[in-house]
Amino acid sequence: MPKSLPPSQLIPRLLAGDRLALSRAISRVEDGGDNARELLAGVFPHTGRGHLIGITGAPGTGKSTLVTGLVQAYRAAGLTVAVLAVDPTSPFTGGALLGDRVRMSKLSGDAGVFVRSMATRGSLGGLAGATADALLLLDAAGYERILIETVGVGQAEVEIAGTAHTTVVVEAPGLGDEVQAIKAGVLEIADIFVVNKADRPGVERTVGALELMLHMADGTPRQLFHHGQLLEVAAAPLEDESDGWQVQVFKTVAASGGGIPEVMAEIERHRLWLAENGRLAARERLRMARSVEQIVQAELLRRLRAALPADSLAELVEEVAARSLDPYAAAEQILDRMG
Amino acid sequence: MADRKIRILVAKPGLDGHDRGAKVVARALRDAGFEVIYTGIRQTPAMIAEAALQEDVDVVGLSILSGAHMTLCPKVVDLLRGQGQDDVTVLVGGIIPDEDVAPLQAAGVQGVFGPGTSTQDIIEFIRTAVI
Amino acid sequence: MAETVKTHNKLAALKRAWQDDSLAPVTRRFLERRQRFTTSSDTIEVETVYTPTEWPGDPDAAQAAAYTEKLGFPGDYPFTRGVQPNMYRGRLWTMRQYAGFGSAQESNQRYHYLIAQGQTGLSVAFDLPTQIGYDADHDFALGEVGKVGVSISSLADMRTLLAGIPLDKVSISMTINAPAAVLLAMVIAVAKETGVPVSQLRGTVQNDILKEYIARGTYIFPPGPSMRLITDMFRFCAAEVPKWNTISISGYHIREAGSTAVQEVAFTLANAVEYVQQAINAGLDVDRFADQLSFFFNAHNNFLEEVAKFRAARRLWAKIMRERFGAQKPQSWRLRFHTQTGGSTLTAQQPDNNVVRVTVQALSAVLGGTQSLHTNSRDEALALPTEKAVEIALRTQQILAYENGVGDVVDPLGGSYYIEWLTDEIERQAQAYIDRMDGMGGALRAVEEGFVQREIQEAAYQAQRAVESGEQLVVGVNRFQSDETAIPDLLRVDERVQTAQVDALARLRAERDDASVQSILARIRQSAAQPDAPLMPLFVEAVESEATLGEICDALRSVFGEYEPGNWV
Repeated sequence: MPKSLPPSQLIPRLLAGDRLALSRAISRVEDGGDNARELLAGVFPHTGRGHLIGITGAPGTGKSTLVTGLVQAYRAAGLTVAVLAVDPTSPFTGGALLGDRVRMSKLSGDAGVFVRSMATRGSLGGLAGATADALLLLDAAGYERILIETVGVGQAEVEIAGTAHTTVVVEAPGLGDEVQAIKAGVLEIADIFVVNKADRPGVERTVGALELMLHMADGTPRQLFHHGQLLEVAAAPLEDESDGWQVQVFKTVAASGGGIPEVMAEIERHRLWLAENGRLAARERLRMARSVEQIVQAELLRRLRAALPADSLAELVEEVAARSLDPYAAAEQILDRMG
Repeated sequence: MADRKIRILVAKPGLDGHDRGAKVVARALRDAGFEVIYTGIRQTPAMIAEAALQEDVDVVGLSILSGAHMTLCPKVVDLLRGQGQDDVTVLVGGIIPDEDVAPLQAAGVQGVFGPGTSTQDIIEFIRTAVI
Repeated sequence: MAETVKTHNKLAALKRAWQDDSLAPVTRRFLERRQRFTTSSDTIEVETVYTPTEWPGDPDAAQAAAYTEKLGFPGDYPFTRGVQPNMYRGRLWTMRQYAGFGSAQESNQRYHYLIAQGQTGLSVAFDLPTQIGYDADHDFALGEVGKVGVSISSLADMRTLLAGIPLDKVSISMTINAPAAVLLAMVIAVAKETGVPVSQLRGTVQNDILKEYIARGTYIFPPGPSMRLITDMFRFCAAEVPKWNTISISGYHIREAGSTAVQEVAFTLANAVEYVQQAINAGLDVDRFADQLSFFFNAHNNFLEEVAKFRAARRLWAKIMRERFGAQKPQSWRLRFHTQTGGSTLTAQQPDNNVVRVTVQALSAVLGGTQSLHTNSRDEALALPTEKAVEIALRTQQILAYENGVGDVVDPLGGSYYIEWLTDEIERQAQAYIDRMDGMGGALRAVEEGFVQREIQEAAYQAQRAVESGEQLVVGVNRFQSDETAIPDLLRVDERVQTAQVDALARLRAERDDASVQSILARIRQSAAQPDAPLMPLFVEAVESEATLGEICDALRSVFGEYEPGNWV
C-alpha cells in the first residue's frame, strides 16, 4: 500500500477493517499532514461507539502487564480491543524509545487486537491532540474497547480523564513510602484504583492509604477535569452527586492474571453506570468541548506563528528580558499584529 | 508533512537472547531523533510483521547473533511484502558472515551490519534509505 | 623499634606456620609439577609465595596486620591470593574449551579431538532450542537447531554426545540453565547405563537463572519456580552427586552484556547471595551445599583491572560466606571460578589480532587465580570456531601453562601497590552495589524491577559511545584499519541437522512406550504443583522412560507458567 494513498481511498479501507489502512491513518494524524483533517472528517461520523479506558500510573506499577491482562479478558469475552501505549518523546533529541510491546508479546497473532505505540512528540503532558485523533481512528475502525496507557505521574494522568470514559489509576506497593496518588492529585480523576503486584509485601498499607484517602474525600463532589476556559459548555458539572460513583480499590497480580476479571467487571459496571441518566452524554460533551478547545488553541498558535515574522517573537522576548517591556504588553503586541 | 517522524521497529527474531546490540542501537536511534519501537527477544517472523504493520514503521531492524539469519530474515521480508508493506526498509545486524550478505540482499534485506559497525553508519543508512 | 621487629617476627612465624599447616599437607599428598621451581636461570629458585617478609626492611605493625587481614596466605581466608596453598605448582588450571554444534555425533567427535589435543575437561554448548526447553521439532526451533551448540532433545542424544567419554575421569561442564535439572538427569542416566557410580560424576551445570533474566535470555519459568528448581538440585546433589557443581554463578554474560568490571563482580555476587539465601530459606544447611557453588567470570581487556577483579571477588565472597551467612567450613568460603576470555572484545576486522587479545586476557585469568579457562578462537566474532581456530586457542593456554612460568609462583602480582589498591577499590565499589540491592530487597527483586538491567544497559551504551567518539580505541576497528580479506573457511552448521533431528524424534515418539511417558509426565505435573515436592528423581525417571526435554519442560510450563520480560530499554 503506497504511503501517499489519498484519504478518499484510505477512509473506506479503514472503515472496512483494513489494519494497514488504520495504521497508516494514525501516522497521518500524528504527522499532522495536509490531509489529516480530511481523514478525521471522513471517519468522524463513524466514531462514538468504542468505550475509552485510560490506564495510568507511575513507572514500575506494571501497567503494561495489567493492560495485557485486560485485553486478554476482553478477548475472552468476545470484544475487540485496541491499545494506544503513550510514552514520552525525549525533549533533547525529539526521538523516543517505545518499549511497551515487550510486555504485550502474548497479544500477537490475534486479529481482534490492535496495539499501537505513540510518542508524545511536542505535546506537553503526554496526551493531547494527536492522541485524541488516533483514538477517533481506532474507534472508527470498530474496536469496542480502547485502552490508553500512559506513563508518569501528574499532568498526563489528569489529561486522561478528559480523554477516557473510564479512568483506571494503577499503584503498586513499595514504590515509596507515600502513595503516589496523593501528590499527583489523581484522586479526582480515578474511577477505579488498582493496586497491582498485590503479592508483594506492603500491599495492605498501599490499599489502606488509598481507601483512607477515598474515605476522607467522601462527599466532596468529584469533578471531571477541565482546565480550559474558552468554552463555557465544558464547565457543566456532574449532575446528581447523590447518585455518585463509588471509587473502589482493587488488588491485582497482573503477571499471573490474578484480579483481572474483577477489574474488567468494574470497568464494565462503570460503563453501564455512565450510560444511565445521560452521564455518558455529559462526559461526551466535555470530551468534545475539550477537543474543540484544543484544536482552537493549536490553530490559534499556528496562525499566530504564520502571521508573525520569524524573529519578531525573539525581539519582543529580548525587550521583556531587558525589562523594557512587560509580558502583558508584549502579548498584546503579538495579538495586535495578528489582526 | 511538517512533522514527519521516521519510525523504526527494532526486533530480535528467533531464540537468541543476546540483546546488548539491539538495545544499544535502539538507544542510538532514539538519540538520533527517530521513534523506535522495541519488541524484545524471542520474536517469530509473524510477530515482527504484525508489529511492523500496527506501528506503521518505515524501517524494520533485526538483530540476530545465533546464525539463524538465513532462515529468519527472508521470512520477515516475505511477510511484510505480503501484507502490503512493500516500502518498509529491512536491515539486519549481528554475526553475519560476508558470504551471506549477497543472498540476504537478494532476499530483500537492504542493509546488513556486521560486528564493529558504528551506530552512526546505521543512522546514516536509514536517513538515506527512508525518504 | 622493638615492637616492629616483634611484628615482623610474627609475620615470618605466621608464614612458617602456614607452610607447615596448610602447604605441607597438600604437597605431601599431591606431588607438585616439579621438585624444584626456578626461573629460566637455574640458579634462581622460587618459593611458593612471596610476602612482606621477603621485602628488605621490616614491615611495621600496621602493614603486617593489613597483610594478614586483606591478603592472608594462599588457601587461607580471605583467599585474596588464591583458593589453594600452592595453586598451579600442584596442578595447572583445567583447560576447558566450550564446544558443541550440530548433532550430538559431530560434537562428540569434537570432544574426542579436544581430549586428544590435551584438553582436560569438557564444556558442552547447547543450541538455543535445548537451552529454552524446546525439542528440535518445535516450531520455535526453526533455523536454530545445532546453530550455537549441540541439539539434545532426548536421552538417546545424550548417549551419543558422551559416547566413549570416561565420565569418572573427565569432568563435564554444561552451559545449561532453565532446564539444567533435566540435562543433569540425562547425564545421570548415561552414567548409570555405563556403570559409572553417580557419586563419582564430576562436572558443572550453569543453572544460573538470574543472569538469564539479566543478560542472556534463555529463561523459561518465572523467578519463583526457577529458584525452586535450583534449590531442589542443591538438595539432590548434596546427597547423591556430591562432586557435581550445582551452579556456576556467572558474571561472564553480565560483562558481555556491557557491564563494567565492578558491576560484573557486584551483580554476580549479589545473585550468589540470593541463591544462598533461598536455599537457606528452604531449610538447607549452608555448609552442606556451599562448596558445590562455583563461579564464572569474564577476562576482559584491561589487564591489571581484571587481575584485581578476580582477587577482589574472591575476598568479597569469603567475607560474605563467613560473616553474612555464618558458614563454618573453609571450603564454604572459597570462590572457585571458571574464566572465559571476553567474546565481545573479539573483532571481525583483522581477526588474527584476536589471538593476541586472547593471550593477554587469558594471562589475567591465570594471574588472577582461575580454576579453569576457556580461550576464545580468533574467528568467533563471525561464527562458531573451526577446529583449526580452536587448536590455536588451546595452544595459547598451553603456552601460558608450560612455557612462561607464570604458574610457578602463587599470586605473583600480590603486593603491587597498584594491584592491591585496585583490588580494594573494586571490592569497595562492588560492596556498595550489593548494599544498594540489599536495600531493594535483594538481587531477585532488583532484577524484577529492572535495576540491574538498566545499570548494565547504561554502561553498554556509554562503552559504545566511547568507541564511536574514538575515546576508546579498538585496533583494526576505529583505528589502524586495513583492507583485508574475510577469514576463509568459517564453520557452517549443516541445515540438515534439523531435518535429521526431527526425523529421529518422530521415530522415538513412535517406538517408545507412550503410556509410561504420559504417566511420568503426569507425576511431574503433580509434584510441580506441590510447593516442596522433590523433582530431580522424577526427571531421571522421565528421561529414562524416553520422555523428551521439550515434553518435560512443557509439563513444568503447564504448572509454573512462563517468564515475561520487562521493557527496560
